[in-house]
Amino acid sequence: MDLEQGDRVQIVKNDVVYEGIVRPSNTEHIVLKMDSGYNAGIHPENAEITVVEKKETEEKTQFFKPESASTKQKSNLPKVSILSTGGTIASKIDYRTGAVTAQFSADDILETIPELSEIAEFTGNVVYNVLSENMKPEYWTELAKTVSKEIENGADGIIIAHGTDTMMYSAAALSFMIDTPVPIVFVGSQRSADRPSSDNAMNAICAATVATSDIAEVTAVMHGTTSDNYCEIHRGTQVRKMHTSRRDAFKSINSDPIGFVDYSNRKIETISDYTKRGTRKLNVREQIEPSCGLVKFTPGTSPDVLSHYIDSGYRGIVLEGTGLGHVSTDWVPEIERAVNSGIPVVVASQCLNGRVCDRVYDTGRDMLKAGAIEAEDMLPEVAHVKLMWVLGQTDDFDTAIEMLKSNISHEMTSRSLC
Amino acid sequence: MSEKFDYEKLGLKCGLEIHQQLDTHEKLFCRCPTKLRGTNDSNLEFFRYIRPTASEMGKTDLAALEQSKLNRKYIYKAYDSTCLVEYDEEPPNEIDKEALNTSLTITKLLNMQPVDQMHVMRKIVVDGSNTTGFQRTAFLASGGFLETSNGYVGMDSLCLEEESARIIEQNTDSTKYSLDRLGIPLVEIGTAPDIHSPQQARETAQLIGMLLRSTGKVKRGLGTIRQDVNISIAKGARIEIKGVQSLEQIESIVENEVERQINLIKIRDELLQKGAHVNENMYDVSEVFADTQSKIIKKALKKGKVIAGVLPGFAGFIGKEIQPGRRLGTEFSDRAKTSGVGGIFHTDELPNYGITEDEIESLCEYVDAGDNDAVVLVSDNEKRSFSAIESVIQRAKEALEGVPEETRKALPDGNNSYMRPLPGAARMYPETDVPQVEISREYFESIEMPELLSDKINRFKQEFGLNQELAEKVVQSKDLPLFEDIMRTFKYSSNINATIVARTLTGTVPELRREGVEVDSIKDEHFFQLFELVEDGKTAKEGIEEILKKLADNPELSAENAASELGLTGVDTSEIEKFVDEVIDNREEFVQEKGLDAVGPLMGVVMGEFRGKADGKQVSSILKQKIEEYLSQQ
Repeated sequence: MDLEQGDRVQIVKNDVVYEGIVRPSNTEHIVLKMDSGYNAGIHPENAEITVVEKKETEEKTQFFKPESASTKQKSNLPKVSILSTGGTIASKIDYRTGAVTAQFSADDILETIPELSEIAEFTGNVVYNVLSENMKPEYWTELAKTVSKEIENGADGIIIAHGTDTMMYSAAALSFMIDTPVPIVFVGSQRSADRPSSDNAMNAICAATVATSDIAEVTAVMHGTTSDNYCEIHRGTQVRKMHTSRRDAFKSINSDPIGFVDYSNRKIETISDYTKRGTRKLNVREQIEPSCGLVKFTPGTSPDVLSHYIDSGYRGIVLEGTGLGHVSTDWVPEIERAVNSGIPVVVASQCLNGRVCDRVYDTGRDMLKAGAIEAEDMLPEVAHVKLMWVLGQTDDFDTAIEMLKSNISHEMTSRSLC
Repeated sequence: MSEKFDYEKLGLKCGLEIHQQLDTHEKLFCRCPTKLRGTNDSNLEFFRYIRPTASEMGKTDLAALEQSKLNRKYIYKAYDSTCLVEYDEEPPNEIDKEALNTSLTITKLLNMQPVDQMHVMRKIVVDGSNTTGFQRTAFLASGGFLETSNGYVGMDSLCLEEESARIIEQNTDSTKYSLDRLGIPLVEIGTAPDIHSPQQARETAQLIGMLLRSTGKVKRGLGTIRQDVNISIAKGARIEIKGVQSLEQIESIVENEVERQINLIKIRDELLQKGAHVNENMYDVSEVFADTQSKIIKKALKKGKVIAGVLPGFAGFIGKEIQPGRRLGTEFSDRAKTSGVGGIFHTDELPNYGITEDEIESLCEYVDAGDNDAVVLVSDNEKRSFSAIESVIQRAKEALEGVPEETRKALPDGNNSYMRPLPGAARMYPETDVPQVEISREYFESIEMPELLSDKINRFKQEFGLNQELAEKVVQSKDLPLFEDIMRTFKYSSNINATIVARTLTGTVPELRREGVEVDSIKDEHFFQLFELVEDGKTAKEGIEEILKKLADNPELSAENAASELGLTGVDTSEIEKFVDEVIDNREEFVQEKGLDAVGPLMGVVMGEFRGKADGKQVSSILKQKIEEYLSQQ
């Protein structure tokens, strides 16, 4: 029996009649979407199958077009570019087939989240379309170029729709790459945009509020709590996804967030200093050196792991050490070998919270003597991104070390306040 | 039984939709217990907004509906017995196997066939009762039937789905829900419209209920089973009546709905004959009532308006009864209330409510209404009033066509009232977070059929010698599993029989509960301990009630400790024997004279000492034995 997706078929099995439209199946079963809306999988064995109607030549996805929702944009509002990287802030469902499709055009996004049109005038742009986990450092360069072009073309703010898994890496990368005169806001959703309970709309509305504010920083704007009360504005170099699934997974680590957006009235309250709109001139330094490793030390991990990085031609290494920033003493000779071969070794802590301090215990002191440098209160992942960026900026070891030790974009602070 | 209507001639078609909660250990998509909680136990509260997108709303009044839904705040109460899955903060876990097994048992009991592969869907629900904005539901089986005394009734569909959150509070701009109920497994059984009389509707519901309870795996008690009834007669329309509370109510629900449809059709015919029609105009008649003495209107006019609609040819019809105590006007008023007004006035019931004859006269003049015309009034804020009159005019239009298709709500008196238009096709798409479940033939065949409750009653009568009443009572009791467990343990016992156990569980315990004793704190093991005591003669069955009361107050005690604290134990046979010896010694003459007939009179003496402590039967046998011994020694 030649069944195609979209055919209307009738199946009789065990004296029961099923009728519906053939849907994709990943097993031998024929999956029917029945008129009741339910899907049912029927194994073709001992089943009598009749095609009632072949599918129309083109199976068109059908969406309800809202009649009153106006997607007309007001022209006296700030201009905001929405750049999509594969994260979905809007999607549509075809209930006839059950198919869900992501929406990227400004019109489609505005149709799903009409409140946005009161905040800004939008243009939409797909930069690339990858799953968050398939993100690569090379994409950050491309993203930075696109962002700067949008700013040059007059965008008053940028929203980057990003998958949440690796949003913090991209946000950190752009923080290092771009001196921005306007807000650059990363946003995503922890619940897919197809559901009525999705956090997409609230996050997007708050992100748009920040994109039109005077906070000219690279930020991530996501739910602050499990309630739909406010979003937090996190600095791109201080934010980390701290929960696998909750809406409020994103937290500022080792610092307060820049502020909050109250969803009910779209008012921003700031609690940290930030760079104001227009104070910086646009400057983009987007080159990176992706060949950098982030190595986690756990009890008993052999120094061979580090040797592998050195011998495979890695250009820089971040060690995620225990506690104050330690690796086993038998790693120290390998650290020394790396540094002597011109490979910067940065030590961060797997505690995430707090500052690395390798001057307290002997092992730490030996690590420093071997040439390792402390990441201060920088997150290990941010240190990793920073290392890639620094090595993209300079080939000189000493300059690289100098840059690694200095604060570029709020990734490290000199005073531990929390 | 003589019936009120000739249902066959009327072409009555009726179908049932039954929702039954399953009594599983865990919820359908997370490993939380299926226990309801007191809202005071809540340890977390949070709120969300639900955003129905345009595609969920259909076409009706999109803008207004969207606005109201957007602003509505849904507040959720959570517990230490709920988790991130209920909060929509974690993807669903795999489907609960126990729920699936019970559903497959029900599938068999209803003579249905399961699908080979079950797909969980997301059914869009935007009233906040699901934190996700959809209900997870899966089509499991179809093609079944049940036999009733009036013929077969098809069992069309069985779906396994998650229960919604429990509504606690409804305010103008927010709704509060409790998450304890969200996610409890639920089966939804839909019958074919094969039911042709109220009696058959009740019988079918009863039969399905009995089969569901036969599994021993369904929840019992208020709200754990909900029945919806679909009703139509040939000239009428399909009406879905939600929330029929009890089996007893089903018949009157069907009967009264048939009556409503008959009357609506009759009214339609008469209206058309009279040339009635509908005037779309709405009139602001506030100035007619500028000096009114009607308190309601006076109050409304302070901030609002009086809006009127004219229904030409409707005079006398609005007051016509369509169900016992409900008129066509009630239907109009139900619709008006959906705009948020308190109700309507109409000329069929005026003058009344402080509205005078003169005012009516000038009102009719103002809106140019004649003797055959009816005028409907609403006094409230301007927007609501216009919207209410618009709804009334719409309903009046439908009265000219007959019975409008609606979803209605069952009322306690067997009537029903307007709830909302019949829903369109359910909006569903696959729940991709839950893998599809394969149901092999072997698996389905391996599902064991439980003993039907109707068979169980007969077995209890034969096997245990219970009478019909007690057998029925114990089978319908939620303690049936406990009864069966106890009977298994005391199968070969001489002092414990089914009647004692059944009386204790279905008589003594409920009586104590009525007296206000906390019987729920009595544990199952207490009953075993208690019957063990009785079986061993350590306490008398007359002491059961006292001991249970003690255990209810002190559930940490064992039955034995409770009995001994009450002084209802500690009598062993030797003590009774000793006392009997004394009694016989003291009454030698009497015993010699009466012989074995002395047992009866002396029983009273001995029981006076041991009442509640020793079993009467045991005492009597000791007494008899001792007297025999005494006599043979003489």
